[in-house]
Amino acid sequence: MPLTVSILHLFLALLLGPLLTGIINRTKARFAGRKGSPLMQPYFDLLKLMRKGAVYSRTTSWVFRAGPVVGLSVMLVCLLVVPAGRISGVVSFRGDFLFLAYALGLMRFVTVLAAMDTGSAFEGMGACREVQFALLAELAFLAGLTVLGLGSGHLSLSGMTASLWSGSQAHVNAPALLVAMSILMVLLAENARIPVDDPTTHLELTMIHEVMVLDHGGVDLAFIEYAAALKLWLYAAFLTSLVIPVETGSPLLDLAAAVCGIFLTALCVGVIESTMARLRLRHVPRMLLVAMALSLAALLWVLR
Amino acid sequence: MTIWTEILIFTLMLTNYRLLATSRLAAMIDTMVLQALTLSVIPLTLAARPWPLELLALTPLTLGVKGVLLPWLLRRGMREAGVQREVEPFLGFSASVLAGIVLLGLSFLITRPLQSAALQGAHFLLPGALFTTLVGLTIIVSRRKALTQVIGYLAMENGVYAFGAALAVQEPLLVEMGMLLDVLVAVFVMGITILHISREFDHIDTDRLSELKD
Repeated sequence: MPLTVSILHLFLALLLGPLLTGIINRTKARFAGRKGSPLMQPYFDLLKLMRKGAVYSRTTSWVFRAGPVVGLSVMLVCLLVVPAGRISGVVSFRGDFLFLAYALGLMRFVTVLAAMDTGSAFEGMGACREVQFALLAELAFLAGLTVLGLGSGHLSLSGMTASLWSGSQAHVNAPALLVAMSILMVLLAENARIPVDDPTTHLELTMIHEVMVLDHGGVDLAFIEYAAALKLWLYAAFLTSLVIPVETGSPLLDLAAAVCGIFLTALCVGVIESTMARLRLRHVPRMLLVAMALSLAALLWVLR
Repeated sequence: MTIWTEILIFTLMLTNYRLLATSRLAAMIDTMVLQALTLSVIPLTLAARPWPLELLALTPLTLGVKGVLLPWLLRRGMREAGVQREVEPFLGFSASVLAGIVLLGLSFLITRPLQSAALQGAHFLLPGALFTTLVGLTIIVSRRKALTQVIGYLAMENGVYAFGAALAVQEPLLVEMGMLLDVLVAVFVMGITILHISREFDHIDTDRLSELKD
């Protein structure tokens, strides 16, 4: 039964992933007093892109074409190990938290390679920024996962999150909250949301993630956007499993709670985007440094 | 019960990080209000119920002095001196946060032998208190503006208060009130001094005062 529910979560993620972007956009529109685009708009965009052909520059090689495909497939594999709320991942093995961190790294690597392959100065600049910020974000993410691993005594993501708030490992609960705050900051940075990157900007000089995919079009762009939506789902699911303190007993109810938590995370991201201004580029490392400081504080707390 | 104490101590640590990371004086003063709120509630979560009368009297007193009166004085000083932000500290803001991580590790290390003396449920308060004191000290030595240094002094005092709360819930009321009065008077005097410095020299950078010649 639990495995069936895990697989059900996987299908829900594939189906509802783009909806998260829709929720964020709708929240931002409501804050600005607009009606906003339909919730299903990301799906319409994806369908439109899927119907189009792709144009490839003659200076690009197979690396450029491989980028989106590898990125999306890595993201699908990542979704297999990530827990959501009380629902454990479809696959779970010792050390899968390292697997997750480095699989996400691989996705970033192929995106950066594809961006560099175009030979465009702008894309190189975006790739440079992406890697610079990812360096700090990855440290914060890994330090947070180490806290959970040390505190709960489990080496798999599903094991770590299952022992939180269950009463048996009470001493990890408070550090887990700190880690959750840190991971929220990492979520904003990794998914190119507002305090770090503005997904709606149209100025190449200030873009980070969007500038790397400027040369992609058609199906390739659809793959990239779909993978980005799944990445947001993945982080939101993990964040939800850190802070949902209730276990209902029925796996299906747990799944419903997890999905609600994930949508709530998207709502929070929308609120953060509406109420905060974008940070200046040289202030972004400071924010990620604070995320790292939170994770390390939790680590010291667990180590004592 | 203990989870609430832990969350409060976390809040204390987070306010310290905010003090280290921000350059705006208004944000620092707001953080001091939050820190005062946290500090005044921590003894309540540690004490056994029903709460003793002294504690119930002390909580609003601490909150009133540290959370209302002192921030009001600081805001007034900020307005009078016309200072909005710490522009160029000796230690940069990112470096300050990194120093904060090191200081936190140091606090955990130093307070380890003291753990047995702490009250039931207050084991994490000792490192938290020492961390607050050390952060206050860091702010005093690494910032230029006199007003920021006063905030550092207050953070140090908050650390001392938290240390007292960790070791004994019912410190004699007289000692606590004496401490509060001391701090109040000290900030009053500092406020007047800052006012005079800024009237005399159009700035409150303490490092430039050492260059004075007649």
